Amino acid sequence: MTDKKNAKAYWKENIRYVLILMAIWFIVSFGAGILFKDALNSVKIGGFKLGFWFAQQGSMYVFVILIFVYVRLMNKLDKKYGYDA
Amino acid sequence: MHSLLVEGMGVQNWTYILVGITFTLYIGIAIWSRAGSTKEFYVAGGGVSPLANGMATAADWMSAASFISMAGIISFAGYDGAVYLMGWTGGYVLLALLLAPYLRKFGKFTVPDFIGDRYYSKTARIVAVFCALLVSFTYVAGQMRGVGIVFSRFLEVDINTGVIIGMLIVLFYAVLGGMKGITYTQVAQYCVLIFAFMVPAIFISIQITGNPIPQLGFGGELTDGSGTYLLDKLDGLSTELGFAEYTEGSKSMIDIFAITLALMVGTAGLPHVIVRFFTVKRVKDARKSAGIALLLIVLLYSTAPAVAVFARTNMIETVSNKPYADVPDWFTKWETTGLISFTDKNNDGLIKYVANKEQNELVVDRDIMVLANPEIANLPDWVIALVAAGGLAAALSTAAGLLLVISASVSHDLIKKIVNPKISEKGELITARLSAVGAVCVAGYFGINPPGFVAAVVALAFGLAAASFFPAIILGIFYKRMNKEGAIAGMVVGITAMLLYMIKYKLGWFDETLPDKSEWWFGISPEGFGSIAMLLNFIVSILIMKFTPAPPQDVQEIVENIRIPSGAGEATH
Repeated sequence: MTDKKNAKAYWKENIRYVLILMAIWFIVSFGAGILFKDALNSVKIGGFKLGFWFAQQGSMYVFVILIFVYVRLMNKLDKKYGYDA
Repeated sequence: MHSLLVEGMGVQNWTYILVGITFTLYIGIAIWSRAGSTKEFYVAGGGVSPLANGMATAADWMSAASFISMAGIISFAGYDGAVYLMGWTGGYVLLALLLAPYLRKFGKFTVPDFIGDRYYSKTARIVAVFCALLVSFTYVAGQMRGVGIVFSRFLEVDINTGVIIGMLIVLFYAVLGGMKGITYTQVAQYCVLIFAFMVPAIFISIQITGNPIPQLGFGGELTDGSGTYLLDKLDGLSTELGFAEYTEGSKSMIDIFAITLALMVGTAGLPHVIVRFFTVKRVKDARKSAGIALLLIVLLYSTAPAVAVFARTNMIETVSNKPYADVPDWFTKWETTGLISFTDKNNDGLIKYVANKEQNELVVDRDIMVLANPEIANLPDWVIALVAAGGLAAALSTAAGLLLVISASVSHDLIKKIVNPKISEKGELITARLSAVGAVCVAGYFGINPPGFVAAVVALAFGLAAASFFPAIILGIFYKRMNKEGAIAGMVVGITAMLLYMIKYKLGWFDETLPDKSEWWFGISPEGFGSIAMLLNFIVSILIMKFTPAPPQDVQEIVENIRIPSGAGEATH
């Protein structure tokens, strides 16, 4: 593979990861915490209504996980394409 | 004997001791890590470890507002407080996935550096410098004020004296150490502030729910044996007094959506946050340190809503419908500061705390929820003093980070890149230090003479950042065809729209009186308008770009280059 092709393929895979992770980012915060909050509030976990929990707790935990998942995925991807030097 | 001695020391002495120790520590670190070159001054030499950078970013990010005011705001806003929680953390996902790795690879010193080079234009650079200064100055004035308030409350000095003490400390370590100095002081400040925030939260969580983890405690059952969940109880208390249910809130959904988005995007566009990712060694370190920073931030941010619930329940239970004659000591003490006030409107000697403004007799300042929380819960004096040290750490670390952005904007972006490109390394370093001194003085001036609109404007710094930098940087990385005409037009339109909306609907300068909420566009508040201004920026950028020439070949190559993580050299001029 030429350098340019290599770079293009790498970028494409990166964009795919970013899109998937950003979709989850949107779903947990704007989705579960805001748009569908009322529906989720009918479910209760312990003392928490689920929509409220996503808005004030859950979405933040997912954010942290998302970044670390991205770090792992990208470290692998860098290796695969020889960009980890 | 010993415990008597300790008890006898009192809050005041404990505060002097803890604040004294932490300040000595910060100054010691500054002397040890002073900057010898512009590279050390702007980006700490570019060799900061991901962990240290994560801690420094977290401290840089969490200001006096996060530490002192946020839990209190949530306490009064209930569900609506989620805009700050999600908004100020979700932005780090954007940073880690869309900005930090590429800006690190680009390898320059400042955000205007990126805008100026990527858009091959001095005009773009100047617009970016203007935006950076506007955002940073509005933000830093609030911080200096915060330092003054903490000093005056805990050490009983005048607010202005407090501001001046804070100025001298920041001046010392920001001017001497530059980015290198503030990075390592911020690491220490993170430790101080997180400890100071968690200790009272854990104590109170155990008292109220028996669970030492506040994040779980606030969804737990009360320890009174009733088997009632804390949140159900608070919902009940709130509706009883005529407030909205705590877990429901009262803002409209569209406004919640818009504010959350504006805060997220604004966070990702704040120059003092972005610049922290220029200090690590490799692209992968930039991603990792964004993750570490968010983890450390979420530690405090996930505790804040728990503190909010504990504090609100505690407060209602302690004072609502109780005889004024029997109020606890902390109530009287904070009454003298003016942060709590009680007027017995119906002369029955009872404290009536209700949503109805006509009948309500008790006004509580939101800052009390964190500052007085340890006293309300009867925690020992050293914990109360710790909160003071934590608040100062939060305010100072953020102020220092902002001052550095301001000084770099002046010495590097304006003097070195535009006014006098031939300036020597030594000359630039001296200019950087002088601009830092100038910036501290201006910030101190605004801290002592706060223009009425500072408090209103600080919250809008996010809107300004969202409306200006975020689209220009994102398009610069992900859209090779984006050219200078598009980016400049987008930034100018975005920030102008934001400023105009803010002046009309937040400051009310265009009309005799502040326009009513019902006149807001689409029901979106000035705080949320950053989202709309950001969209405008994107649309204008892309439209203008379509009718103007593509960027030159070498710029397109820069874009291809920053997308590849390897070979991230050290930051250069």
